[in-house]
Amino acid sequence: MDMVGESSPEIIKIKNLNLYYGDFQALQDINATFKAHNITALIGPSGCGKSTLLRCLNRMNDLIDGVSITGEVFISGQDIYNKGVDLTQLRKRVGMVFQRPNPFPLSVFDNVVYGPRLHGRHSHQELKEILERSLGAVHLFEELKDRLSANALTLSEEQQQRLCIARLVAVEPEILLMDEPCSALDPLATLRIEELMAELKKDYTIIIVTHNMQQAARVSDDTGFMYLGELMEFGPTPQIFTRPQNPMTEDYITGKYG
Amino acid sequence: MKSQEKLVEGVLLLLALSAIASLALITIFIFLEGFPLILHTGLQKFILSSHWAPTRGHFGILAMIISSILVTLGAMVLGVPFGLACAIILAEFSPPRLTRILKPTLELLAGIPSVVYGFLGVIWLVPLIRTYLGGPGLSLLTGAIILGIMVLPTVISISIDALTAVPDMYRQGSIALGATHWQTVQRVVLPAARSGIITAIILGMGRAIGETMAVIMVAGNALQIPRSLLDPVRTLTSNIALELGYAAGRHREALFATGIVLFVMIMILNLTATFLARRR
Repeated sequence: MDMVGESSPEIIKIKNLNLYYGDFQALQDINATFKAHNITALIGPSGCGKSTLLRCLNRMNDLIDGVSITGEVFISGQDIYNKGVDLTQLRKRVGMVFQRPNPFPLSVFDNVVYGPRLHGRHSHQELKEILERSLGAVHLFEELKDRLSANALTLSEEQQQRLCIARLVAVEPEILLMDEPCSALDPLATLRIEELMAELKKDYTIIIVTHNMQQAARVSDDTGFMYLGELMEFGPTPQIFTRPQNPMTEDYITGKYG
Repeated sequence: MKSQEKLVEGVLLLLALSAIASLALITIFIFLEGFPLILHTGLQKFILSSHWAPTRGHFGILAMIISSILVTLGAMVLGVPFGLACAIILAEFSPPRLTRILKPTLELLAGIPSVVYGFLGVIWLVPLIRTYLGGPGLSLLTGAIILGIMVLPTVISISIDALTAVPDMYRQGSIALGATHWQTVQRVVLPAARSGIITAIILGMGRAIGETMAVIMVAGNALQIPRSLLDPVRTLTSNIALELGYAAGRHREALFATGIVLFVMIMILNLTATFLARRR
C-alpha cells in the first residue's frame, strides 16, 4: 500500500499556529509538516482542537465570529493566511468532507457538478465527463447512473458520503480534508470508505480527523496526537501506535482516557 | 388535586371547542345566507357575468373577481421581489444582531391598521399617480402598490424563517467547494428554502385578496372590468363592505354569496400553502 513513503515532498507546512475563539486559545503553537500523497490522521479526545486545526487548512474557521489566528500555514509554498489569498481558489485546491454527509438537496447530477459549475464549466458534454469520472472515482457511477436526476437526499448515508467525496473530486483539489467522515456510517460502510481513501491517496493528499484510533492505525501513514489544543506528538503511524515518545500519547492510545 | 386537574382540563377544552364552534358557525351562516342566491341565479351566471345591478335583480360578479385577482397579482409583482430581497439580506447577509432588531420591527408593520395604509395612499400616492401618470389617481395601480406594501411583513417574515431553517451544513459544504456567499445563497440556500418561500408568497396573496379597507380608500371602486392600470376598480371585498349597509333580500344574499367565493379562493390558497409547507 505504501507506495510513496519517506521521500514524499512536503505539501503543507504549519508554523507557530495559534487560534483563539475570543479569549479562549483553541490551538497552541502548532508546528507540523504534511507529506503529499500521504494520509495523515489527527487523533485526540473531544475538544482537543483536531477539527479546528483541520479547518485552518481551508480557512473554514474564517466563517466563525470572533476567531483570530496567528502563525503561518504554507500550502505548496504559499502562506494561505497572507492578505490577498483568493479563498475561492484555496478551497478549490483544499476540499473538505464533513462529519455528517451533506449533499445539497439537489439532484445527484447537480451535486457532483456543483463545484465545476462554480468555477465556470458549463458545457453539458464536459459536465457529463466530469460526472462520470468523479462518480467513478468513488465507485458510485454504476449504482447511480440511472438515478442521476434523483434527489441526493434519497440516497443511503454511505452513498451520500461517497457523493460528497465525488463532489470534491470533481473540482480536482490537491488536498482532501476529512472531518470524521465515517462517524455517521456503519462498520461495513466505514471499511469501504477507508478502502476508497487508500485508493484516492494516489491522486490526493488526505488529512483525516478521527475519533476512531483503529481507523487511524489502519488508514494513515502519519499520525498526529492532539491534546488541549497542542500537537503533543507527530510521526509515522506505526511509531505513534507502537513506540509513542510522549506518555500522554501512550495513555490515550491504550485507552486510559478519551 | 386530581379533580382540580380534571376541572382545568375540562374548562380549557370547553374554551377551545367554543372558539372552533364559533368559526364553524360563521362558516355555516355565510353559506346558509349566500347559497340560496347562487341556486337562484345559477353559479355560472353569478361568477361569469359582469352585470351587477342588484336593485334590478342582476347579480354578476365577474368584474369584481377580475379586479380582486388583478389587484392581488399586482401587489405580488411589487411586493414579492422587494420582500424576498429584504428577507435574503436579513437572513443571510446582515449581522445577526441587526436581524434580531429589524425582523420584529417589520412584523410590527403587520399590526398597523389597514385604514392607516389607506389614508397614506389617499393623501400621498393618489395625487402622485394622478399628476404623473394620469387618470383619477384612485386606481388598480394604487391599490396594488398599497397592498404590495401591506404584504411585505408576511412575505419577509415567513421567508426569513424559511431561509434560516436551511441547515448550516449546506452552506458550509458549498463554501468549502469554493463558492462565494452569494453563490451559496443562490444555488443552495434558495432552492433548499423554496417550499417555505412559496408558502410565504401564498400567505401574502391571501392577505392581499382579503384586504378591504385600504383598497376601498385607494382603488376607486368603479364597477367595471379595468382596461388599464390607471382605471378605478372594485374588488370583491370592497363590494361587500360598500353595499352591506343598505342591502336587503336577494341583494343581501348576493353579498354573502360573494363572501362564499372569497372564502373558497382563500381556502384554496391556504390549503396550497399548508400542503407546500408540509412537503418540505
